[in-house]
Amino acid sequence: MGQLTGPSDPAADAGWAEPKPRKGFFTDTSICIGCKACEVACKEWNRNPRDGDLELLGSSYDNTGQLGASTWRHVAFIEQDRERIEEARESGRALIDLGMPALPRPPDVTPPDTPEFRWLMSSDVCKHCTHAGCLDVCPTGALFRTEFGTVVVQHDVCNGCGTCVAGCPFGVVERRSDGTYATGERQSDRLAHEFVTGVAQKCTLCYDRLVEDEIPACAKTCPTTSIKFGDHDELVVKARERVAELHAQGRTEARLYGANERDGVGGIGSVFLLLDEPEVYGLPPDPRVCTADLMSMFKRAGLAAAGMVGAAAVAFWSSR
Amino acid sequence: MSTSEYDSLRPPEPVVGKRGRRGRGGEGSREIPVVPKAEFGSYYGRPVVKPAPWGHEVAAYLFLGGVAGGSGLLAAGAQLTGRPKLRRNTRVSALVAVLLGAVALVKDLGRPERFVNMMRTFKLTSPMSVGSWILSAFSGGIGIAAASEIDRMTGKRIPLGPLRPVLRSVESPAGLAAGVMAPPLAVYTAVLLNDTATPTWNAAYKGLPFVFVSSASLAASGLAMITTPVAEAGPARSLAVIGAVSDLISARVTEHLMDPVTREPLHEGTPGRMLQWSERLAAAGGLGALLGGHRRGTAALSGLMLLAASALLRFGFFEAGKESARDPRYTIEPQKRRLAERRAAGITDDSITTSG
Repeated sequence: MGQLTGPSDPAADAGWAEPKPRKGFFTDTSICIGCKACEVACKEWNRNPRDGDLELLGSSYDNTGQLGASTWRHVAFIEQDRERIEEARESGRALIDLGMPALPRPPDVTPPDTPEFRWLMSSDVCKHCTHAGCLDVCPTGALFRTEFGTVVVQHDVCNGCGTCVAGCPFGVVERRSDGTYATGERQSDRLAHEFVTGVAQKCTLCYDRLVEDEIPACAKTCPTTSIKFGDHDELVVKARERVAELHAQGRTEARLYGANERDGVGGIGSVFLLLDEPEVYGLPPDPRVCTADLMSMFKRAGLAAAGMVGAAAVAFWSSR
Repeated sequence: MSTSEYDSLRPPEPVVGKRGRRGRGGEGSREIPVVPKAEFGSYYGRPVVKPAPWGHEVAAYLFLGGVAGGSGLLAAGAQLTGRPKLRRNTRVSALVAVLLGAVALVKDLGRPERFVNMMRTFKLTSPMSVGSWILSAFSGGIGIAAASEIDRMTGKRIPLGPLRPVLRSVESPAGLAAGVMAPPLAVYTAVLLNDTATPTWNAAYKGLPFVFVSSASLAASGLAMITTPVAEAGPARSLAVIGAVSDLISARVTEHLMDPVTREPLHEGTPGRMLQWSERLAAAGGLGALLGGHRRGTAALSGLMLLAASALLRFGFFEAGKESARDPRYTIEPQKRRLAERRAAGITDDSITTSG
């Protein structure tokens, strides 16, 4: 059994004799333009079927809604007014001030003119956690840790039990219930390819491309380099530099999400630079992988089972 | 602005900016509510975590697995203390329950034809994997023991031929093996629910195993009180009373140990009503077993109430958890609070959000 909490090298922990450097994404939402090219490239490369029925969701320009079995990149759109922007800037400043009371306050940088309105755009993706709940609770071994430290579902092994869906603290993995194009004219037998259904599906960080030394489809297509792909450790360094740069411009709302290996999931492979609190983007503010408490759960279950045996013993003893 | 006697209880007005009502409500909502609504942002009210794609089959299995586990334990006790009718009935009950439960589980899979993949590995970190092995081991044991009982009941009509002596000789060890696997079978489903990101299921991890073994005990005892004459059903009556008492207590304690927000779905809507009725029926059934268990009619009625109590508990808790996953509030609010508490306590190095 591998490590369940704390800093760790996931590929080595999973038993790879010669792990490759951990790969990941750094999604810099401050330069995302919301073009959704990543969503399209992901669908194309992975041949994922359509989600939903092309309905308009009424959530700004987002008509995808959320990550799911057939949507492995999802671009969020959030419209904010001046008030919310100021709040985001304040909460970011509070974050900067955390834990450094002894230091003199940094030179007061005048924030740039606060715009009247802004759009937050962020391309969400599987986090490829250091301690992945989905992987640990999978009973069949269909989910596995690759040599790149990422988490991938083997769709030909998965039996669709759905445990991983409940195990993910980010709501990423989902069981695919429908795998067909539903568009009228495409319903004929022109399907080039059978979609797998009834099994769990999520971002593979383009494992099939990584083994060929190619970069994932979303990162390859991103026109603004908002989605950066590379060695995880280098990306974290890059992310820290970028956030410092934004802070220096007075944009204290900038913050990193997932760059801390001491968090509840041991850090994540897909690091984000956000411009507001994580829950605004639909991300959990303090995720904790469920298996972190597994030992305690097992102990309590053992105690309860012993109690059941004791109760039965008393019951038989008392009715001699 | 109107004034009221509760004005002094209002939080002070923030100096910079008004706390966000996110544009909605606009100028019309100038009146500040006396109890400010808990503040949390979310992405268009969409859930953060996804509920398990489990249907009623899994809730039914939680119940049936409990009945099977409890019955297997009673069967082992009856075997050791020489109560042939109780032993026979509980063995057969356990087999029927575990078979129905297994069918329900397989039916709920996305790819039922691949159910055997559960057996391709053993993973300690996966309660589903551990549970599959427990279920298999229990089924094997109780299957042999119950087959022998059925063979006796039908006057050796099962065409066993020369295997009959073999079956008879392995019957006792198989019955005891099932007895050993029975408590794990009854309890592992609690860990299965606890070990998820579903807020209400996860938050209950400190006490749910105790609730589930209590519920399994009272349900199996209830079934034995229905099937078995009162002369041999004494242990079932006692276990029913113990189970009912510990069910009522452990459910309260479990809830007390949960985050207050994640508790709410246990009291709302249909799941809330189910859990409320479960408590009432467990209390009534337990009392019935204690006071009137010596009369067959009362015993059977109490048994029925206990079975219903257990089923309602499983379905109620199962559905409450799924509800908690559908509303982002149950994920975000407890997380924000615990993060703020850690920060207030000076722990600032373990947040997923960092300033650099």
